[in-house]
Amino acid sequence: MSLDLRIPMGLMFTLVGVILSVFGLATNGSAIYAASLGINANLWWGLVLLVFGLTMFLMGRRSQARLAKLPPEPVDTSEVRRGH
Amino acid sequence: MLNLTSVDWLIMLLYFVFVLGIGFALKRYMKTSKDFFQAGRALPAWICGLAFISANLGAQEVIGMGASGAKYGLETAHFYGIGAIPAMIFVGIFMMPFYYGSKARSVPEFLRMRFDEKTRALNACSFAVMTVFSSGISMYAMARLIQALHVFDGLFRALGWAPEGIFTFSIVLSAVIVLAYIFLGGLTSAIYNEVLQFFLIIAGFFPLVYLGLKNIGGWEGLKASVPMQYMHEWKGVAHASTNPMGIEIIGLGMGLGFVLGSGYWCTDFLVIQTAMASKDMESARKVPLIAAVPKMLFPFLVILPGLLAIGLPTPHTTTVITRGADGAIYHSINVVSPQVEQGKGLVPAKINPVTGKAMLDTNGDPLLDYDMATPNMLLHFFPTGILGLGLTALLASFMSGMAGNVTAFNTVFTYDLYQSYIHKNGSDRHYMAVGRWATVGGILLSIGTAYAAINFNNIMDTLQLVFSFVNAPLFATFLLGMFWKRATGHAAFTGLIAGTATAMIHHGLTLPMLAHPGIHGGWITVVHTYHSDMAQNFWTAIWAFSANFVVTVIVSYCTKARPESELVGLVHSLTPKPKRPENELWWQRPETLALAVLVGAIALNIFFY
Repeated sequence: MSLDLRIPMGLMFTLVGVILSVFGLATNGSAIYAASLGINANLWWGLVLLVFGLTMFLMGRRSQARLAKLPPEPVDTSEVRRGH
Repeated sequence: MLNLTSVDWLIMLLYFVFVLGIGFALKRYMKTSKDFFQAGRALPAWICGLAFISANLGAQEVIGMGASGAKYGLETAHFYGIGAIPAMIFVGIFMMPFYYGSKARSVPEFLRMRFDEKTRALNACSFAVMTVFSSGISMYAMARLIQALHVFDGLFRALGWAPEGIFTFSIVLSAVIVLAYIFLGGLTSAIYNEVLQFFLIIAGFFPLVYLGLKNIGGWEGLKASVPMQYMHEWKGVAHASTNPMGIEIIGLGMGLGFVLGSGYWCTDFLVIQTAMASKDMESARKVPLIAAVPKMLFPFLVILPGLLAIGLPTPHTTTVITRGADGAIYHSINVVSPQVEQGKGLVPAKINPVTGKAMLDTNGDPLLDYDMATPNMLLHFFPTGILGLGLTALLASFMSGMAGNVTAFNTVFTYDLYQSYIHKNGSDRHYMAVGRWATVGGILLSIGTAYAAINFNNIMDTLQLVFSFVNAPLFATFLLGMFWKRATGHAAFTGLIAGTATAMIHHGLTLPMLAHPGIHGGWITVVHTYHSDMAQNFWTAIWAFSANFVVTVIVSYCTKARPESELVGLVHSLTPKPKRPENELWWQRPETLALAVLVGAIALNIFFY
């Protein structure tokens, strides 16, 4: 399989993270955070998702770059174990 | 009420774009039917492992476990501790070598290899029908939830469409998206989206649990706000009358742990297909074990929201008067719907649509709509923005639950029904095309089921009941098939039928407390009354399993056994031990992982005692 899931998934969470944290910054101190007990849930959780998404994306990119260098047949198994 | 802004829509839209994008990106890798139906048998173990639990993380799990948490408390965690983890360990360590090693492409095909054609046909037909109905039920539940949460109301108002169309819109939308990504990318697409959904659920529910716990005053606060027995998983389990679910320990351990849990996790192709898609035997065996790790932590994510919902104070409509800097007086009114005000905590009361009053039970207490526990938590704690993320997680879970059913259906239909009985020697391309069109057919039938569910309000309960009759005896067939070389095809077939018949008779003769004879049981005559319908379910399963086991053993001795040479690779005692990979370290073995999972599961059960 040549499409590493971590690339699109990382990209999606990065984008969601960016959207949430930018929106969180823009609405900081707004009344909408009464619901979340005064915590700016968008900003903080957006940042967490941003970090998660970037990590996934970079891991996927790195493994794909390494697989491209290797001859195609023996699939690198050490990479798989790193995923969990 | 629900107030979605463009940020929420943006996040939801982003998800849809990525889901479809993954489908399109995978299309060029779909060259053979093996790529389409079995993901080329090339996926890494961690992806298959996460898909293994996500395939089951559909509507029943996310909404149902929250509801059950609100209704029964932490005892619900038994569905994980007893109902899933041991079965997942068992399938990984003991059964996967035969599923994966036999090169069977589906679970019914394994039955043909081990037993005979008619056993496969029976299993393939009942399975195909059940998957279509399950995905229809999932679709229906999603459309109802979207209606109840008023997700698309704003959109419909803005476009000037009649709100009656929301149900159809939700169904068509989910059907088109699921169809598109499976049609394009087959099982790989379904698995990738299940993994995506797994992370979305965590992303959506982790902050929910955090905020809920913080609001209620942490773990101690939660303990103080719910009845004592809600916080214990095991206390009071010795007698049916002393625990919220009304089940005693034998019914629980045998019924849930040994029969229902194992029947599901060890034989249902819906989950097994993800393990069979992994790249080698070692990975395939690790898939259920990897899946068991997050599975242990899921009670915190899906049961706790329900428990928190019942423990939190019930909100009431309030008016806060504030004086602005310019001396103006502001009234800010926080309106709470009557359903919530008459409910308990954040769990709304069921409202009679005619009178507008809460429906009461025989004690005069309001009946609670437990299914709304988790969704109401989302609405209560999430401000716009992260609310979009939470709703996306819910939608994702519904859709990928559907998708797993649809890919299981198209595989079983193509290999076990079409290729076996309709058109035998077609080209590989032909079967791939059939698989794609079976996807379309499966989704159309699911839509039909979803609409049937509106018109016949008993259909959902009836279907669940029929499924339980068919599924309950299955595990005995696999257990005997894989571990007893004497078991024969005729015996497996008769055993399955006897098991299902026993399940029906048991259901016809027993009734849960406070229920009327009919759909809940007792339609023959009532000879025994259970403390709850859950206890009745578990005992139905135990009876069905035992009947199948006994009948299979007896008939096996009366029929001619297959020569042992034909059973190599299919039965435990006749299969040589697989060679360990070279330079493998002790902690990389599936057995080590299994032991770690087991210790973790026991620790969790002690923690929740």
